[in-house]
This record gives sequence, structure tokens and C-alpha cells, in this order.
Amino acid sequence: MKRKVYMDYASTTPVRPEVAEAMIPYIKEEFGNPQSLHSFGDKPKQAVDEARVKVAELIGALQEEIYFTSSGTESDNFALKGIALAHQKKGKHIITSEIEHHAVLHSAKSLEKLGFEVTYVPVDKFGLIDPQQVRSAIRKDTILVSIVHASNEVGTIEPIEEISKVVKEAGVIFHTDALQTAGTIPVSVNALGVDLMSLAAHQFYGPKGVAAIYIRKGIRITPFIDGGVQENGRRAGTENVPAIAGMGKACELAKSEIPGRVEALTKLRDKFIQGLLSKIEHAYLNGHPTKRLPGNVNISFEYIEGESMLLFLNIEGVAASSGSACTSRALKASHVLTAMGVPPEIAQGSLLFSLGAGNSVEDIDYVCQILPPIVERLRKMSPLYEEASKAGKGK
Amino acid sequence: MEKYTEKVMEHFQNPRNVGEIPDADGVGTVGNPACGDIMKLFIKVKDGKIVDAKFKTFGCGAAIATSSMVTELVIGKTIEEALTISKATVAEALGGLPPQKMHCSNLAADALKVAIDEYKAKSGGKKEEEK
Repeated sequence: MKRKVYMDYASTTPVRPEVAEAMIPYIKEEFGNPQSLHSFGDKPKQAVDEARVKVAELIGALQEEIYFTSSGTESDNFALKGIALAHQKKGKHIITSEIEHHAVLHSAKSLEKLGFEVTYVPVDKFGLIDPQQVRSAIRKDTILVSIVHASNEVGTIEPIEEISKVVKEAGVIFHTDALQTAGTIPVSVNALGVDLMSLAAHQFYGPKGVAAIYIRKGIRITPFIDGGVQENGRRAGTENVPAIAGMGKACELAKSEIPGRVEALTKLRDKFIQGLLSKIEHAYLNGHPTKRLPGNVNISFEYIEGESMLLFLNIEGVAASSGSACTSRALKASHVLTAMGVPPEIAQGSLLFSLGAGNSVEDIDYVCQILPPIVERLRKMSPLYEEASKAGKGK
Repeated sequence: MEKYTEKVMEHFQNPRNVGEIPDADGVGTVGNPACGDIMKLFIKVKDGKIVDAKFKTFGCGAAIATSSMVTELVIGKTIEEALTISKATVAEALGGLPPQKMHCSNLAADALKVAIDEYKAKSGGKKEEEK
């Protein structure tokens, strides 16, 4: 059988068997509504309560500070819109960065249409945000700062602790989108000093359709979905009990396994980066060399385009991703690479391999073996490579 | 990922006529790196007929497949016949393209027109000289 190599863990992860097991009782016999007074609601309620404790334990929060939502995108929307609406009397200015996930960026754009003003702080060539830039962007009417913990594309881990100090000094509320970090690397809401945090189960071997938002005790926020009493009235709607139980299990596993996962993935990542850069000329690592997610390998291959590489990789059984315009429905090169000052033709040639629990040294060796001929084949077809060769830049 | 037709994938994996024609009678370059596709098309013309065509393309699967297809379509055609080849002709010959690829990555017909324009300008110029 043909080899299948999944290297798109930043997109989503498979569900761990233990997680699936934890969900099954609530799909089958324990169907009751957690809000019911009768006995059918007992076990489901207990499952939701236990899961909340496990999510809280993963990020060092109190259980009453955890609210379940349907997706990381919903958590980000809740954070931005909920804080904006609750605090608009104090001011209408929000700060975020140029490299946020679209869940944050598009929420910010929606708020702009409602009369809020948004400052997008820039990043350096590694994708790092300078806390001083955040400091100088803060105004009297700033009500919220929202900065991603680590970019899903280039994997750069932002100095959230330092940024939160600056934000706290000014007395402003601070949210971080931790979709790529919570469950993947150690994350503590108190060490980071954040007031709100988004996290999603499917990023760390939990199910899709469930996520959470941490809201520090005492923070005022407008409810996101109006309805019943679920999630303390802040996010109404009958609980997705099986998924919530699954998220709890995924958090429990992550908490005990994170140190081992980080160590193993970092080794694989560095071996992979080193392998690709040594085997292929005119290839550049995007993002920070060390301050990066343990499984993130984002490399640009000059003179060729990402989608055509992905198609050939897919034929060879390898699943990866790209920041190329042709792979996005919006037909624009990655806004993250663009913000980092990566020229368009190099952004077009970016490949993102995001590694996870299923990857082995053999997978790395396999991709290091099949990718160089793919790159060579496409370069032979490329007018840019031909021009560069003539100019003496190419091989 | 984009779902391409078998024909697109076949041309993408085995593109026809990749390369350059050093003494080409017309060269058409279209596209830019910001949109993700650049195509360079070379044509050789003899007695009003396109006798050879080659291409070099930087771009996605659709860009490469349409480039390959256009070279197949034009070889053996007269200039007049070649000028009737449109984006739609190329897409149709490939069994269709995903909607968002119709414009951005379907550059081959444009490159052909530019190459023919260049040929016409050159040959027109030659005739002038001959007189």
C-alpha cells in the first residue's frame, strides 16, 4: 500500500482513541439534557462539569472561568465582540496584530463597521510582535488588546507575558488566541497574564465542534448567544455533551503528555528543517528559528508555487499546506508572510508542514527524499528560475 | 485542495512542450508573482502556420495544465485559427476548471495573443524592410 503521511496538524488533528471512548456513552445511552431536573440529566451534567475542570486544569484557570463554545472561531468572535460591546462606553479602540487568524481579523473588521477603531500592530521578519509597539498603540480609549499566542502559519510564539505586562499597566483587557498553543505547549493563563483565552479541542486530539473560552473572573462581557442558562447565561444553547466530554479527555491527556510531546516534536521539526534546507537550494525558513511551535516547519522554495508542490506531494501521499494565493479561496498570498515582509513570489512558494503525534523519523526521511525531485521538476518549468539562472543566481 | 479534472491532472503531471524556443517568432509573457502565476509562451511560425510552441510557467496546477494544453491546441494551426482560442476553449479542452481558477490561472490564451501580436509586429516589420 502507498505510504500516507499526514503533516497538516495545524489544520486539525485526529481524535485519540481514549477521547472517542470518552464520548461514546453520551452519544449512545446518556442522551439526557444536562439542564434537566430528572435523572436523565445527571450523568450528562456530571460529564460537562468534569470536562470543565479538566480544561481549567490544563490552562491553570478556575472551572467557573471556562465557557464551552462550538469552535475556536466562535471563541475569538466572543472575545472581541463580547468585550467591545460591554466596554464601548469606556472607549471604542481595539488593538490586534497583522498576523492574527481570520477569526480575530474578520471580527475586528466587523467591529470597524460598527464604529470601533482598530490598530493592527506590525511584526518583524520573524513574525514577532514588539511589546513596545503595543505600548505605543495603547490610547485612553483602548478597551481590548488581542494578540495571537502563536501563528498557525509560521508558528512564531509571541512574547505574551511581556505584552500582557504592558497591557495591564494601562489597565486594558487582554485576550490571546491560543488555538495553536493550548494543548500543544505548556500554557498558563496566570503566567501569561491574560484575561481571555481561546482554545479548541480539535487542535490537540479532541473532537471538532467544541472549543472553550477562558474569561477571567470579574471581566465584564456581553453574552454571545442569548437564550437559556447554559454556560452561566453567557453562551446559551444545549450543551454538546459528547464533544465536551471528549474535550475534557483531550485536556487530561495533554496535561500529562505535553512535556514528552514537545520534546519529540521539536527533535523531528529541527531534523526536518535541517534536512530540507540542506537538500534543496534557494529554500528559506519562514518564522523564528527557535521561538516556534514544536511541530511547525514553514519553508519557502524560491521560483515555484505552493499549490503545484502540494499537488505532487498529495500524489506521493503527503498532506501539507501552503501560504500561496492559489491555495486560498481569497486568491491572496498569506497575510502572515506578507506582514513579515516576505516578497510575494517567495510567499507563493511556501509550504507548511505541521507535525504531530503520528509522525516519525521515517516520515521526515520520506518527505526529504520525495520533495527535492518535485522542486527540481517545477523549477525546470519556471520562467523565474530560468531568469535567475541566466543572471547567475540559480544553479 | 482544488479538485481538478483528470485531464487537468494528466497535463499537470505530464506537461507537453515545456521549454523555450531560442529563435522564436513570438514570445508572450503574462501574469505577475503577486497573483501567483507567470507564463511565458514561445511560438515558431512558418508560412502563416504555428509549427512549434513551448512554454515556461510559474504557477499552480491549473496554470501549468492550461499552458500545456494551449501549446497542444496551437501547433499546426494558422495564426487566424490560433486567434480564435480563448480562455473558454482551453478550459473546455481540459474538461473544465474550478470557478476561481478560470481567471487567475487561465493565462495561456492571453499569453498566446501576446506572442501572436509580437510575431505580427516582427513579421510586419520584416516585410517593411524587404520592400
